[in-house]
Amino acid sequence: MRARVYVTLKPGVHDPAGTAVQGGLVSMGYEEVRSVRIGKFFEVEVDDDLSAQHAGGPRARLEEMCRKLLANTVIESFRVELL
Amino acid sequence: MTARVAVITFPGSNCDADLRHAVGLFGMQAVAVWHKDSTLPAVDAVLLPGGFSYGDYLRCGAIARFSPVMVDVVRFAGRGGPVLGVCNGFQILTECGLVPGVLLRNSGLTFQCRDVNLRVEGKPTPFTGGLVGATLRLPIAHAEGNWFADAETLARVEGEGQVIFRYLGNPNGSVHDIAGVSNSAGNVVGLMPHPERYVEADVGGTDGAGVFRSLSASCFGALPLKAPGATA
Repeated sequence: MRARVYVTLKPGVHDPAGTAVQGGLVSMGYEEVRSVRIGKFFEVEVDDDLSAQHAGGPRARLEEMCRKLLANTVIESFRVELL
Repeated sequence: MTARVAVITFPGSNCDADLRHAVGLFGMQAVAVWHKDSTLPAVDAVLLPGGFSYGDYLRCGAIARFSPVMVDVVRFAGRGGPVLGVCNGFQILTECGLVPGVLLRNSGLTFQCRDVNLRVEGKPTPFTGGLVGATLRLPIAHAEGNWFADAETLARVEGEGQVIFRYLGNPNGSVHDIAGVSNSAGNVVGLMPHPERYVEADVGGTDGAGVFRSLSASCFGALPLKAPGATA
């Protein structure tokens, strides 16, 4: 099974790189761009048989992976999509 | 007996030899520890060096946190053992949750490699016991040193004297000019500037020496290691 994980900065966390990209877009003529926030996107492939051995199902496992490693929950939120 | 100080080397660490050298200069014995070691040897303190552990992949320090030896380092910190993280070592400590906050990209987006002035403040720690109130000039070399925490955490860190180093002239946009913080007990400290690089007059300066003198003194019981409020 495949999953998609989106990790994004929480509101209020400064994103200097996103601000730089926004400034770049505006200077290219895309003056309508008010803000850019850069996040991370993970494509994860999960072995179905191994996954079935864990209670709670693949979503619970993936969310645990997010809390432990893929996101730093001090500053980031995450969203898991099972495909 | 000589105090023994572990310096952990992760893949991509590049300040580990400097830390071991500084430890030796101040009468302590440096013990090199590889990140894959399953146990921490018997030591009096643990230092996490600067560098680019695991190539800074994902987030700085995020993967080093799961190195086998870190289980023992977290346990050692929990028992009140002195732990210092410098630069990437500080980033690893935040990822472990041993010190509060996170280190974001510098607000100016550029790698900052220069000297900065800092004020030592906050509660006494094993690394700053004799230094509170002092101003130090130390080098920084980082792209992700912009310390950040939510308002509630920031208020707690400020209120409980956990801001240990504060920039006089902020190089990276860190909130409240914070350069280094401790855990609530004060035994774990992380900072972005590099005290180990300024321990000899012939190489830059000596303002980093006090950190190692403090550690040496605290290992010999000359400085309190107990958390504030604990009865002597």
